[in-house]
Amino acid sequence: MTPEKAPPSETLNLYGSEFTSRFLIGSAQYPSPAILLDAIAASGADIVTVSLRREAGKGVDKDTGKDSAGQQFWSLIQQSGARLLPNTAGCKTVKEAVNTAHMARELFATPWLKLEVIGEDDTLQPDVFGLVEAARILCAEGFQVFPYTTDDLVVADKLLAAGCEVLMPWGSPIGSGRGLNNPFALKALRAHFPDTTLIVDAGIGLPSQAAQAMELGYDAILLNTAVAKAGDPVAMASAFAQAIEAGHTAFNAGAIEARDMACPSTPVLGSPFWHGTGGA
Amino acid sequence: MKIHLNGASLDTEHNDLAALVAALGHEADKVATAIDGLFVARSDRAQTPLREGCAIEILAPMEGG
Repeated sequence: MTPEKAPPSETLNLYGSEFTSRFLIGSAQYPSPAILLDAIAASGADIVTVSLRREAGKGVDKDTGKDSAGQQFWSLIQQSGARLLPNTAGCKTVKEAVNTAHMARELFATPWLKLEVIGEDDTLQPDVFGLVEAARILCAEGFQVFPYTTDDLVVADKLLAAGCEVLMPWGSPIGSGRGLNNPFALKALRAHFPDTTLIVDAGIGLPSQAAQAMELGYDAILLNTAVAKAGDPVAMASAFAQAIEAGHTAFNAGAIEARDMACPSTPVLGSPFWHGTGGA
Repeated sequence: MKIHLNGASLDTEHNDLAALVAALGHEADKVATAIDGLFVARSDRAQTPLREGCAIEILAPMEGG
């Protein structure tokens, strides 16, 4: 199946906002806060995912004068200057996801939401039934939902009908680093929804895998673990940025069709007699 | 009154959610709250009474993927 999408614009459009970078990066699991900030800078990402957790300590510790962990992170991430995309990580029911979404909207002062409703612990596969239901509720309540979904075409259609303008199918299970488990399904999604913003979210382990997704015509890549857990997260963030840009440029350039047999690249017309009709 | 705060048991004398949040040292706009799994907006905390055995969640920004 050949993607029929028109060449993407040079900016990434997300719910009416334009962004230069097509790399969305997660903020978890970095060796240190400084490396997190350096990796975000090296990635060139305009958008960073964040989350909500129970606040264990007091707002300000009266003994040490230090902010709580939550406030320290809040101060840190604001230094990045990135637009924040809060998630509902860990939610397993529609009720949990919807209430977490409201808490995120109030705390981060954004209608953007990376909606996760997890259905299975081993693969962290989305519960697509709960996902569609939660998306319907949240879109009706004014959220701008970025659903973390599978590569299922029918689910994608229902998420769009629910009001989502962006879809985020997985490449493979979160944190697995397996890349694109089903390129055919991702290609089919691209072909069936040529005007929808599609972002591969989860499972990317290598820059080449990110480039592969972009070569399929995807609009952007969201990843976290592959950068945060790399030996040198800052260098890896830069590598992913280059790969995503390369893949996007390649898609716009129009790739050749693969073929089974050789096709000489050197013109055969006028070849010396000893070359016959073959040659490189 | 005994309540559950972020999964742990807590004795409190405060009658509403806003008072509890303040007593814990949180600035009102730096945390988000829920009671018994339902979101409570910042503007509604003062009108939200605490009840014996209720489960309070106080959440803050954290890293995420």
